[in-house]
Amino acid sequence: MELKKTPLNQIHKDLGARMVPFAGWEMPVQYTGVIDEHTTVRAKVGLFDVSHMGEIFIAGQKALDAVQMLTTNDASKLTDGQVQYTLLCYHNGGIVDDVTLYRFNAQRFMLCVNASNTEKDFEWIKSNAGNIAKVENLSEEFAQIAIQGPLSANCLQDLCKDVDLSSIGYYHFKTGLIEGMDAVISRTGYTGEDGFEIYIPPEMALPVWNKILDLGKPYGIKPIGLGARDTLRLEMGYLLYGNELSKDTTPLEAGLERFIDLKKNDFIGKKSLEYQIKTGIKKRLIGFEMIEHGIGRSNNRILAGDKCIGNVTSGTMSPSLGRPIGMGYVESDFSNAGREIGVEIRNRIVKGRIVKKRFYPGGSTCK
Amino acid sequence: MDFPKELRYSKEHEWAKIEGSIVTVGITDYAQDSLGDVVYVELPSEGSTVTKEETFGVVESVKAVSDLYSPVSGKVIEVNDALVDSPEVINDDPYGDAWMIKVEIISPAEIEELLAADEYKQFVEEEK
Repeated sequence: MELKKTPLNQIHKDLGARMVPFAGWEMPVQYTGVIDEHTTVRAKVGLFDVSHMGEIFIAGQKALDAVQMLTTNDASKLTDGQVQYTLLCYHNGGIVDDVTLYRFNAQRFMLCVNASNTEKDFEWIKSNAGNIAKVENLSEEFAQIAIQGPLSANCLQDLCKDVDLSSIGYYHFKTGLIEGMDAVISRTGYTGEDGFEIYIPPEMALPVWNKILDLGKPYGIKPIGLGARDTLRLEMGYLLYGNELSKDTTPLEAGLERFIDLKKNDFIGKKSLEYQIKTGIKKRLIGFEMIEHGIGRSNNRILAGDKCIGNVTSGTMSPSLGRPIGMGYVESDFSNAGREIGVEIRNRIVKGRIVKKRFYPGGSTCK
Repeated sequence: MDFPKELRYSKEHEWAKIEGSIVTVGITDYAQDSLGDVVYVELPSEGSTVTKEETFGVVESVKAVSDLYSPVSGKVIEVNDALVDSPEVINDDPYGDAWMIKVEIISPAEIEELLAADEYKQFVEEEK
């Protein structure tokens, strides 16, 4: 299948990016280098093309009911202009996708979904809520650009003349004009740093991208690829669908209890999650760091003594901490922080230790 | 991209510097550039043996793991252990400080099979 291209495809190549296939798209994995890009976002500001992400709208008189039925978190808590991290589950509690939910008003919600899941999510939402709400996949109508790092607002404010960025709280958004066109400006991200994700018409992507790079020049802005996007999210313990999350894992196993509201009315997967709480959660997502020399990588086995207790889902060298970190699922009985584990790397058992998933203690997000 | 004339090259992107029966081995400028930031390296121990076209170690970038293939067969007589603590040297100086092992070769004929600089350069350009 031919790879899809975002409206910024050519500029990535012009900027010297290395392009890779990702979730059916040709995306930049790095420009100057993963470590340089990573530290740029932590210390200053970086610009990401995330136009591959999907945007699905749920609208109508019963939009909130539809959203409540589809998602695990309590969407009734949202006010207009607020964003919520939430999950779509199958009836058996397995995860369809992890998404951010935007409330424009009580009759109009947007789900920002993972690129690899856009079609699947759309079909799932349509088949389960299409009879009570209007469900539209408007992914083609949006380019999405993320600007992340402690200096983000400095680079973006001049571009959003009618919106005071300081008035947008964390996990909130406003609509406004960017270069004369309607835009959604959201104070969200996937890096642990303060920043914004902006949704704009695809034809505006290139001028807006170039303008932000220009405005950000005095602040040391750089374009950032998927490589650093992954190390940034991993250092914060943020999960990635396809690695930590899948149809074979439940939000409980993934440690996402605070994004599940079992007190709200029925939602898809609720009974299975309740049943899992009653009968016991058999595996749990843990964070780990290495004690001996080696980097645990996805699919490496995790051992307690001689016993295999699970598998690594993500692992890398943390650029901020300068040591290897990772996440993985292990049997619940072995999931306590502080426990020494073995990670099987190329037929060798390398010593590690279970730690809290929040690896990087810093981060400038305005909570 | 650098392709020093005095070195020989393998299609797995290792370089070999030949001094009599002693061959110094590392990875090429092209290899380090393709890998990106190298953050981890695993090398054989002194006294072990390596075999042409078989793995003798591993380099890892932030994202990926790559095997190292020996361009020659023989006994490892010296290992650049400093790379373990400073793997970034592989990006900074692939043909110099980032040499990996010195091998006492058993078959000089193997050297003849390695590529000359211009041949390797052409090979890399075709692979791109």
